[in-house]
Amino acid sequence: MNGPQDVGGMMGFGPVLPEADEPLFHAPWEARALGLTLCAGALGGWGLDESRHARESLPPAIYYNASYYEIWLRALEVLLNRHGFVTERELAEGTADEAPAHPRRLPPERVGPAMAAGTPYDRPLSSAPRFRAGDRVRARNIHPRGHTRLPRYVRGHVGTVEADRGGFVLPDASAHGREDVAERLYTVVFEGETLWGPDAEPGTRVSVDAWESYLEPV
Amino acid sequence: MPHDHHHDHDNHLDPMEARTRALETILTRKGLVDPAAVDAIIETYAEKVGPRNGAQVVARAWDDPAFADWLARDATAAIASMGFSGRQGEHMQAVFNTESLHNLVVCTLCSCYPWPVLGLPPVWYKSPAYRARAVLEPRAVLREFGLHLPEEVAVRVWDSTAEMRYLVIPQRPAGTEGWSRDALADLVSREAMIGTALARVPS
Repeated sequence: MNGPQDVGGMMGFGPVLPEADEPLFHAPWEARALGLTLCAGALGGWGLDESRHARESLPPAIYYNASYYEIWLRALEVLLNRHGFVTERELAEGTADEAPAHPRRLPPERVGPAMAAGTPYDRPLSSAPRFRAGDRVRARNIHPRGHTRLPRYVRGHVGTVEADRGGFVLPDASAHGREDVAERLYTVVFEGETLWGPDAEPGTRVSVDAWESYLEPV
Repeated sequence: MPHDHHHDHDNHLDPMEARTRALETILTRKGLVDPAAVDAIIETYAEKVGPRNGAQVVARAWDDPAFADWLARDATAAIASMGFSGRQGEHMQAVFNTESLHNLVVCTLCSCYPWPVLGLPPVWYKSPAYRARAVLEPRAVLREFGLHLPEEVAVRVWDSTAEMRYLVIPQRPAGTEGWSRDALADLVSREAMIGTALARVPS
């Protein structure tokens, strides 16, 4: 979706402001929000792409005014409610009746192994690649209403395939509950002048990782 | 926190603190989350997984050509061999700076970042300002970080739009021949592995 998350090339956000000796969290609740998000994800109700889509579906005025972990927490409430783990009333009241442990509740001793294992997103594909390294391709001029990982700033522009990464879960499907769809992923490089015209900085190239259906031959 | 006044009652909380506590209460009471697991996640990223991991990878790549070659061919396996693997680092590529090429990593669409080698991303990496500008005017962004690249050095920006995660391998500073890997790792900042800095030059 053309949502508030798709900021590549936007102007007006001001300078980048690195913080010297930045703490890992800026308030105790940020750490809890991170932990709750990861623990709730372990329940298996949704995947990473659906989480991303819940965040980018926040209204733009809220998204741009919220800190990073506020975006996470607001999206987590949406996901928990959507998948029947928590009701609107419980969220409004801030409490709930006690219930026995969910069979997929993440126990503390599983945290280390679960984080170290991760969740691989590559998938075997039987189809032949449509593109090869060196091919010229155009990022399609598409504007899906749902989740996509093709940023607006490359759409319609021609780049060069640099690498074939093999099959990967397709976010456009998996964010909407179809986690069994995989497609070939490519790294595609664009010249700065192609993306930004005469306003580009000289000697600059930008790559994105793009699924096969995001691309068309030139 | 924007609190510069005192309250005469003890139940005042920042709105996000209150909202987060309420959700944790709900999830705990319903048996969906064990607060001890939340503690364990926080401890993992506060104490175990951080940019020192990535610095060790870089130092070894500088010191061990066979490892550097493996890192270039299969970064996921090479990095996992050092014990760094997992969430948000399932599919790694190392990108090597050279005399004529400087690499910079961003995620314009969210905050994708190689957690096993760099830990959790800093606020500036997740900020709309960095995400918006790194692809449009990377040299201007680098200048704000104090990094003035000569015109003849090309800039390559990697927008992490999928599950590939990129680790920049900065160039080894001159004058570090014979250094231990620990001493070399001390020269490698988090910013150097994102691409907004170079490795520190020994004084």
